[in-house]
Amino acid sequence: MRVKECVAMILAGGQGSRLGVLTNTLAKPAVFFGGKYRLIDFSLSNCYNSGFDTVGVLTQYQPLELHSYIGIGSPWDLDRRTGGVFILPPFVQATGGEWYKGTANSIYQNAGFIDQYFPEYVLVLSGDHIYKMDYSLMLKFHKETQADATIAVVEVPWKEASRFGIMDTSPDGRIVEFAEKPANPKNNLASMGVYIFSWEILKSYLDSDDKNAASSHDFGKNVIPAMLNDGRKMMAYAFDGYWKDVGTIESLWEANMDLLSDKPQLDLYNKQEKVYSVNPTSPPQLIAASGKVKCSLISVGCLIFGEVENSVLFSGIQIGPGAVVKNSVIMPRAKIGAGVHIEKAIIGPRAVIEDGCRVGCDKSQADDEDKITVIGQQVLVSAGTIVPNGAVVDQPIMPLSRFTEGGAE
Amino acid sequence: MKDVLGIINLHENEELLREITRLRPLAAVPFGGRYRIIDFILSNMVNSGISNVGIVVKQQYRSLMDHLRSGKEWDLARKRDGLFILPPPDHVHYANSIYKGDLEHLHNQLDFLNRSSQQYVLIASSHILYNMDFGEAFQFHLDKEADITVLYKDEPVSPENRFSLATVVAVNSDGRVTDMGIKTGRIHGGKIGLEAFIMSKKLLLQITEDCVSRGEFDLAKEGIIKNLSRYKVYGFGFKGYMAKINSIQAYYQANMDLLNPGIWYELFNKSGPIYTKVKDEAAANYREDAAVSNSMVANGCVIEGQVVNSIVFRGVRVHRGAVIKNCIIMQNSEIGNNAVLENVICDKDVKITADKRLISDKNYIMVIEKGMVV
Repeated sequence: MRVKECVAMILAGGQGSRLGVLTNTLAKPAVFFGGKYRLIDFSLSNCYNSGFDTVGVLTQYQPLELHSYIGIGSPWDLDRRTGGVFILPPFVQATGGEWYKGTANSIYQNAGFIDQYFPEYVLVLSGDHIYKMDYSLMLKFHKETQADATIAVVEVPWKEASRFGIMDTSPDGRIVEFAEKPANPKNNLASMGVYIFSWEILKSYLDSDDKNAASSHDFGKNVIPAMLNDGRKMMAYAFDGYWKDVGTIESLWEANMDLLSDKPQLDLYNKQEKVYSVNPTSPPQLIAASGKVKCSLISVGCLIFGEVENSVLFSGIQIGPGAVVKNSVIMPRAKIGAGVHIEKAIIGPRAVIEDGCRVGCDKSQADDEDKITVIGQQVLVSAGTIVPNGAVVDQPIMPLSRFTEGGAE
Repeated sequence: MKDVLGIINLHENEELLREITRLRPLAAVPFGGRYRIIDFILSNMVNSGISNVGIVVKQQYRSLMDHLRSGKEWDLARKRDGLFILPPPDHVHYANSIYKGDLEHLHNQLDFLNRSSQQYVLIASSHILYNMDFGEAFQFHLDKEADITVLYKDEPVSPENRFSLATVVAVNSDGRVTDMGIKTGRIHGGKIGLEAFIMSKKLLLQITEDCVSRGEFDLAKEGIIKNLSRYKVYGFGFKGYMAKINSIQAYYQANMDLLNPGIWYELFNKSGPIYTKVKDEAAANYREDAAVSNSMVANGCVIEGQVVNSIVFRGVRVHRGAVIKNCIIMQNSEIGNNAVLENVICDKDVKITADKRLISDKNYIMVIEKGMVV
């Protein structure tokens, strides 16, 4: 019998529309992060490191890149004889069939997948958060407290609390109120989007949620409040490590920069609990005699002739002689030409910045100082082009055409 | 190349590499920041379309098997064909047994040879590094209707080129090998054999039988060189970069060659990528005080000190104030605060404690053996 105590379900269908050009052709969980990862590596690696070997990944928006990335799950040791990783896109049924209408609905539509394993519990995760967490400890907590649902929470700064789903808890950790993005938060314990449910109970709620035409079929908005209303035992499980939801260009950039601090909260160098990912077949990076590197993360296959400071470089990137890259994130296989100057920018995968360009070094308006400049995937920026601060480029720019913000959209 | 069986012959001379081959075969010696020597020939075979590879292992091959495991990283974990480790005959393990040669070993693996479906064999050593698609050489072999094709590289004669125990071939204008020998001393160039031969499986079986039945056990010397007039032996000249790793000096030089971006690109990419076992290390982390130049650095390193003209393997830590110059630091080694290393090879898991000074001459590379704490 293939019985699994707990099945993990990763919600990976989101677009991440606030990431703009970075998610034009890929789902948010496939966005690059931290020199070699994609966001979904964290939840998949957490599953593996926590001993969860049966994982469903629910996909919907632009799934091609995500599907081919996950494959049969071998990088996370999830190619298993029983269990393993399963990609679960929406499907057509004998009568009807439809898109996933919301997070809760996507689980509801895949109840059949979960039931195959007769699990007692279901772990529901988001595929686009950055954190390292041992879910087995949370499951233990869930069992010990005999909760119907356990929600992982993390303390967030008070001023940001209104961006999150906020829990109000009693002293024993029981959740008394849940407010999705409250204007005046009563607490600063934010939901991490990590839930453990007792499956039978969740199933009944998903059932009734599906029948409710007024519902938006969302865990945070509908299912959790409904369970609270019924007085179900819902516990908050406090997590005190690094956790980040990179919803915007700014937060993606920040999360990358977080890794460059002296003692980053997110430890990627712990050999006992690695973050796994698909490894490119590339030789070690070569820092040439003319190269200078400082306060940076650099990955395999990079060839550095220029200067890199306070930046995160993914695999297979070339930095030409005389080029200067500062406070930037450069995604896989981008080519940066000679004498290029880049500051506070995100350069998309396989973008080409030809010789002599300046990216993010020039203000076009007084308040552009702190804005992040973004060059999209595979964009060609021709030699000598000046891309001002805060510009977002997602199509090739012709030489010498002075780029104005929003103009190329 | 589907009709070619790959055999990697690990009966290689390791005498001049003792410090780094005491605990492992030459094929499993770490190289180039994240690889093992065997990755190059194995990847070349796979990239050329060979899907059945047998590895004739000699001794102490635990670390090699740990590296290769199922062969998945080379796409050789297959239902049909794939990767096969061919262990030595039993008596090799007995005390007082005399080592005879590679053919004795091959003779013990006739089952593997007979069972493989391929008609041709590419039999090659691991310790000569190059990036090559064997397809062209195989076509040459077929076009010439050769019995045996010997691969070689024409190296310019220069005092800086030093090859010890090299196979040297002479060919006529048609490409036919007229002479071949294994030099006992040092040479400075010429047509250096890659110790890779293409022949039909039938011929390899015949040579094996002919030799073993006459008390001869050396494939190159007794199987091929002695038979140059008997068989049609042709030479195929390879044009790219080649490094022959059979001494500490040659090992060191070949690593340093990788600091030349042209060679770096060619050896790792030219006809296909070089595969190796993945370690899932995070990106290399250069801290505030890092000063790195002309160096190759692998993932998983945390660099706080100064690294010049060096090769740094996966997971190495270089602490604040440390200076590494002209060194090879193998995986998971740790260099303490303010330690100074020059012309040193640190094998795996070496720990250099704070403030140590290990400075050697560039003509005599100091080797610190695996796991030592200095």
